[in-house]
Amino acid sequence: MRKSIYIHVPFCEQICHYCDFNKFFLENQPVDEYIDLTIEEMKHTVKKYPQTNTVETIYVGGGTPTSLTTEQLQRLLEAVPKHFHLAEDTEWTVEVNPGSAGADKFAMMRRTGVNRLSIGAQTFDPVLLKAINRDHQPDQVEETVRLALEAGIENLSIDLMFGLPGQTMEHWKDTLQKAVSLPITHISAYSLKIEPKTVFYQMMNKGKLKLPEQELEADMYAFMLEFLKGNEFDAYEISNFARRGAVSRHNLAYWNNDEYYGIGAGAHSYVEGQRIRNHGPLPKYMKAVREKKLPYLEMHEVTFSEKMEEEMFMGLRKRLGVSKERFENRYGRTVQEAFPGVTEDLKKAGWLYETPERFMLTDEGLLLGNEVFEKFLFAAD
Amino acid sequence: MKPEDRINRRDRIRNFSIIAHIDHGKSTLADRILEKTSALTSREMQDQMLDAMDLERERGITIKLNAVQLLYKAEDGEEYIFHLIDTPGHVDFAYEVSRSLAACEGALLIVDAAQGIEAQTLANVYLALDNDLEILPVINKIDLPSAEPDRVRKEVEDVIGLPGEDCIPASAKAGIGIDEILEAVVKKVPAPSGDPEAPLKAMIFDSLYDPYRGVIVYIRIMEGTVKPGEKVKMMANGKQFEVQEIGVFTPKPVPKEELTVGDVGYMIASIKNVGDSQVGDTVTHAAKPTAEPMPGYRKLNPMVFCGLYPVDTNNYTDLREALEKLELNDSSLQFEAETSQALGFGFRCGFLGLLHMEIIQERIEREFGIDLITTAPSVIYEVTKTDGEVIEIDNPSEMPDAQQVDHVREPYVKAEVMVPNEYVGPVMELCQRKRGDYLDMKYLDENRVNIVYEIPLSEIVYDFFDALKSNTKGYASFDYELIGYKESNLVKMDILLNGEKVDALSIIVHRDSAYDRGKIIAEKLKNLIPRQQFEVPVQASIGQKIIARSTIKAMRKNVLAKCYGGDISRKRKLLEKQKEGKKRMKSVGNVEVPQEAFMSVLSMDENK
Repeated sequence: MRKSIYIHVPFCEQICHYCDFNKFFLENQPVDEYIDLTIEEMKHTVKKYPQTNTVETIYVGGGTPTSLTTEQLQRLLEAVPKHFHLAEDTEWTVEVNPGSAGADKFAMMRRTGVNRLSIGAQTFDPVLLKAINRDHQPDQVEETVRLALEAGIENLSIDLMFGLPGQTMEHWKDTLQKAVSLPITHISAYSLKIEPKTVFYQMMNKGKLKLPEQELEADMYAFMLEFLKGNEFDAYEISNFARRGAVSRHNLAYWNNDEYYGIGAGAHSYVEGQRIRNHGPLPKYMKAVREKKLPYLEMHEVTFSEKMEEEMFMGLRKRLGVSKERFENRYGRTVQEAFPGVTEDLKKAGWLYETPERFMLTDEGLLLGNEVFEKFLFAAD
Repeated sequence: MKPEDRINRRDRIRNFSIIAHIDHGKSTLADRILEKTSALTSREMQDQMLDAMDLERERGITIKLNAVQLLYKAEDGEEYIFHLIDTPGHVDFAYEVSRSLAACEGALLIVDAAQGIEAQTLANVYLALDNDLEILPVINKIDLPSAEPDRVRKEVEDVIGLPGEDCIPASAKAGIGIDEILEAVVKKVPAPSGDPEAPLKAMIFDSLYDPYRGVIVYIRIMEGTVKPGEKVKMMANGKQFEVQEIGVFTPKPVPKEELTVGDVGYMIASIKNVGDSQVGDTVTHAAKPTAEPMPGYRKLNPMVFCGLYPVDTNNYTDLREALEKLELNDSSLQFEAETSQALGFGFRCGFLGLLHMEIIQERIEREFGIDLITTAPSVIYEVTKTDGEVIEIDNPSEMPDAQQVDHVREPYVKAEVMVPNEYVGPVMELCQRKRGDYLDMKYLDENRVNIVYEIPLSEIVYDFFDALKSNTKGYASFDYELIGYKESNLVKMDILLNGEKVDALSIIVHRDSAYDRGKIIAEKLKNLIPRQQFEVPVQASIGQKIIARSTIKAMRKNVLAKCYGGDISRKRKLLEKQKEGKKRMKSVGNVEVPQEAFMSVLSMDENK
C-alpha cells in the first residue's frame, strides 16, 4: 500500500543551529527551476512506480516551504493533483515558519487543497529562540495560527523542542502552557539532538554548548506527558499528541511501515520494497532530473528480516504499538516466533506490555525507546 | 673469493645508519639514497620503502629493522658497497638501536633546518658515539621558508660538539645535497676493519620469522667469512645450525656464495625459534669458533606486564594463535594464560616497555581482527609474606591479603633525563612526585643538563613519558635501566562496580598516593562507563576500607524523537550503531563496561 507523498523544499532564509536537514540559503538559488524539476520528478516517478492507491496524505516539508513566494509555492502545490490521484479526504500538510506566510499565502494554500499546517514554534521563550537561531518572535506563532484559521485551515500542529541549551523546567512549562492555550489540534515535541554538520555540533566539540542533564530532559518529557493529557492531547506516538483524534495520518504511515513517495532534493521514498534516497546537493539533483533520470543517490531493497525489524521499531513508537494480527498477516509468523525471547525479556525489564491484540511500550519503555528498539534488530553478524 | 679480493672488497664497504627525529625526514632521505644508488628501479620504488609495516607508517616509527645493500659509483671512479641499516626510534627499543648501530661504522644525523635538534635524537647520537661511529650531520629541509641552517649549525656545534662546517645542507624532498651526502659517506665513514681470514664473528642485529624458511637472521660480519653448508654456533646458548642460505637485501633478498668482513645481510639456517637468534648475540663457526663474542650482548627481559583479554570470549583461541604468531618474530614478547573473574580467559603478557605493549595490542586488533581489553600495566613485585615465603607477582590480583604481607619490594630504574636547563625545575619536580630519589645532575654544556634519579619502574609505567613530554614541551630525552629492587610501602587497591570487586581493575599503589588515585579513578570510570539501566556505585577500596566513591546515574532517557521526513534508514543506522557499541563492551557483573575503562587506571591525567 502506497498512499503518501513527501515533498522537500530545501530553502531557508535562516539556518537554525540544530538543523542537519538538507537545506540551503534561499538567496541566489535557482528556486524556479527547482520547482520545475520537482514537478518533472513527480511525472517520472509515477511512470516508474504507478500508484497502487489514491494518495491519502501529502506532506510538504523542508527547509522552509513558506520561504517560497506565493506564486512559486502555488505552482508546486498545484502540480501534485495533476500527477497523482488524490482521495476525497486527503490530509495535506505544509510546514510553516511563524511569520513567513501571510493571509495571501494561506488563502492560496487553502484553495489548492492544503488542510493542515505544521508550525515551527519550537519554544515561546525569545531568548531560547535566538539561541537556536530561529528568525521569528514568540507572538508570531499566535499570529500565524490566527491567519491560518481565517484562511480556513483548521487542522493546525505546532512543533516544540525541549532539552535546549539553557532551557529550564520553567521555560518548558511556560511553552507548553502557551501551546495548549492556542486553538490548535496537534503538538509534535522533539528533544534536541546534536547532529554533525550543525552549528551546535561545532559548539559542543569546542565545549561551548551547555545542554541540560539527562535527568532534566527526562523530567521535561514526563511533565509534558502529564500536562498534555490534562489538556486533552492524546499521546498517540512517542513525540506526537493530538486533540480530538486529529492525529497526523502522514506520520502514522511511516510508523505503520507503509510505503510512500518522496519528491525533491534529499527526499526519501519507500516504493515497491525499495528504500530510496535522492541526491541532496541541488546541482546533482537538478542535473539528474534535467537529464530525465531519477535522481537517486542510493536504493536499498528491504529484506524480509529488515521489514520485520522495522515493523517493530517503528510500530512500537505508537501508543497502540504493534498489532499481533497485522504482524502475522504481513509476515506469516508471530512476533514471538520472529524474535524469540525478546518480548519476554522486555516484559521482564518492565519496558513492554502485551495485551491479547498488541505489544506496546510501557511509560518507562517510552523514555528508553531506543534500548527497546535495538532488541528487535537481528544480530548484525 | 681470494683473500686479497676480500680485503679489497672490505675497503670499499661503508656501513651506516640514519639517526633522526620523527618527521625530520629520515624515510624521505632513505628513499632518495635508494634512488641514487640504483637499488631499485623507479617502478619498484614505493614511497618510504624502508618502513614496511602499516603501523610503522602511521606512527612514523620504525619497529623492525631493515638493512639494504646499495652500490654507489663515487666521484673517484670506484664503486662502493653501502649498507644502510635502519634503526627503531624509541626508548623501548634502545637496546636494538645500540646493536644496529654496533653493526655500523658511521651514522647520518638528520636535523630539521627549522626545528633544530630534538631531544629524542640526542639519546641516539650518544648511543652512536658510544659505539665509536663517525657522525655526519645533515641539515635537512633547507628549502623550507622557516629554515635557519646557521642557527642549527651552531646548535650541532654546541650540543653535540661536531664541527659546524661539517654539516651538509640538504633537502631530501627536493633532492638537494644528496650527492654531497653520498660522497661524505665514502670519504668520512671508515671502512670495516676485521680480518676476513680470522674465525667467524658475526653479530645478530635482528631476526624475523618466515613461515616457509624459518628464522631469517640479520647479521653483520665483523671477522671471518661464512658460506652455505657450514656449521655455525650461537655463542649465547651454544646451539648449532647448518647454514642453508646467506645473502643480502637489495632490498629484495639476493643469495650470495659468501658473506665476509663488512657485509650486512641475512642467514637462513633451519632455525625454528627466534629465541635462538637473540639480538646482540654472536654467530661463529662450530668447528673453529672465535675466542670472544662481541661485547654488549644482553638478554632482554620484559619489564612491563598486562592482561590481554578478548572482548568476545569466543576469540580466546584466536588470541592465542595471534600471540603465537607475533612471538615468532618477537623474542621479547612473553605470554601465559590467565583467568580473570571479570574478564574470563586471557593472557598475561610481558613487554619491553609501554610502546612495545601498545604496538602488540594494536597489531592484534588490526592484523588479527580481535577486539581486546587491556588491563593496566604492572611490573613484577616481590612480596615477602609473614611466613617468610617470597613470591613474585606481575598481576595485582595475585597480591596476598594485607595481613599475610610482611613487606613488598618493587623494581627501580636509574632514569637519566637530558633536558635544556630551563626545564630542570619541572623535571625535578616530576621525578620527585614520581617517588624518585635524586642521584646526580650534570651540565653537559652551557645549555644541556643531565639529571639522574632512581625511580620506581611502576611510576615510569604509569604516565611518566607523557608527563615528561608535556612538562618539557618535548625537549627532554629519557633513558632508563633497571637497577634492582627496593622496599616500598605498597598496597593493593581494588575497584568495585555495583558492589562487586573487578579484579581486572585492581592496581598496586603507594599508600601515600592511594587516596588521590582512588578518587581520580572513581571519577574517570564514572565518565567512561555509560549510564546503565540502574544506578551503579563506583568504589575504590584498600582491603575492606572504601577510600573513594562516585556514582554512575541510571539512564533516564534514550529515545530519538524526530522522524526525519521518512528517513527510516537513518533510524536503523542509529540503532545498529548503538547495538554494535554494546557488543564492544564487556559485561562485568551486570554492568556494561567499555574497553577504555580498563586502561583508565593507567593515566592519571584528570582531564582525559
